[in-house]
Amino acid sequence: MSEIADKVKKIVVEHLGVEESKVTPEASFIDDLGADSLDTVELVMAFEEAFNVEIPEDAAEKITTVKDAIDYIEKQKAA
Amino acid sequence: MFRLEGKTALVTGASGGIGSAIAQVLHAQGAKVVLSGTRESVIAQQAEALGQGRAFSVAANLGEPSAAESLLARAEEEAGSPVDILVNNAGLTRDMLALRMKDEDWSQVLDVDLAAPFRLCRAALKGMLRRRAGRIVNIASIIAATGNAGQANYAAAKAGMIGMSKSLAQEAGSRGVTVNVVAPGFIVTPMTDVLPDAQKEKLLGSIPLGRLGKPEDIASAVLYLASDEAAWVTGATLHVNGGMAMI
Repeated sequence: MSEIADKVKKIVVEHLGVEESKVTPEASFIDDLGADSLDTVELVMAFEEAFNVEIPEDAAEKITTVKDAIDYIEKQKAA
Repeated sequence: MFRLEGKTALVTGASGGIGSAIAQVLHAQGAKVVLSGTRESVIAQQAEALGQGRAFSVAANLGEPSAAESLLARAEEEAGSPVDILVNNAGLTRDMLALRMKDEDWSQVLDVDLAAPFRLCRAALKGMLRRRAGRIVNIASIIAATGNAGQANYAAAKAGMIGMSKSLAQEAGSRGVTVNVVAPGFIVTPMTDVLPDAQKEKLLGSIPLGRLGKPEDIASAVLYLASDEAAWVTGATLHVNGGMAMI
């Protein structure tokens, strides 16, 4: 697993207080990990801070799973 | 009841009569208090007078967007702890009948009395939501509900503040963070002191409790909403006006 993926996973575990084993790439923040809409906003802000990237609102809306987040950040970092 | 030991409060506009009373009451109840205002020497003196190692001052001119943006972080750095209680009390007036009101009078009041409180709420909510605790008390005015000739800008800002607070209360409720408003009526200040006697008489005639308010009357209401005891109150506007407007 990439460094970014590791870090994303750690943030999700910390923020949502879920077990690490549940944070699979396919896991949906809301449906599988018990997040509410406020959690998803806070998660996006935590990603922005941790990776020093800006995630605009229209992109943020599409980040619904752990993999979505990893892919988006990897793409931003590669650019 | 209403003790605030271990809590940190930020009070804006703390050099004014109401703000200073709010800071005093919160401090007396055990809170660590950060006083913010434009007059650096005044708030520094006030903080010193409160003392006990629990009073700090941070000068800020909330007319500048960046000042509102950075005030929270500066206050937390000064106090050495996160802000649990935010009291948006700073405000100004630029009274003028609408026909003669300049855009600048309008936007300055909206900036300081509405945009700055929003920016401070946004900054404070970030930590409060994460910590699953926090109190925001916004100081509006009776004018928000009644309107007042010559104060279209001020009434708009303060009514806006009430609507904003209700929205924030809904956003933050699931995390146990409350957002409420205190709406003062006419309070004894240097501004009301100089009113002509006839006008004072008329004003008093419209207040069932027969006197102008004291800054302490407002501070007590703020204390309640800032306390743990007010845990089930959010999105509310507490009118403290001697009965002048029963809403």
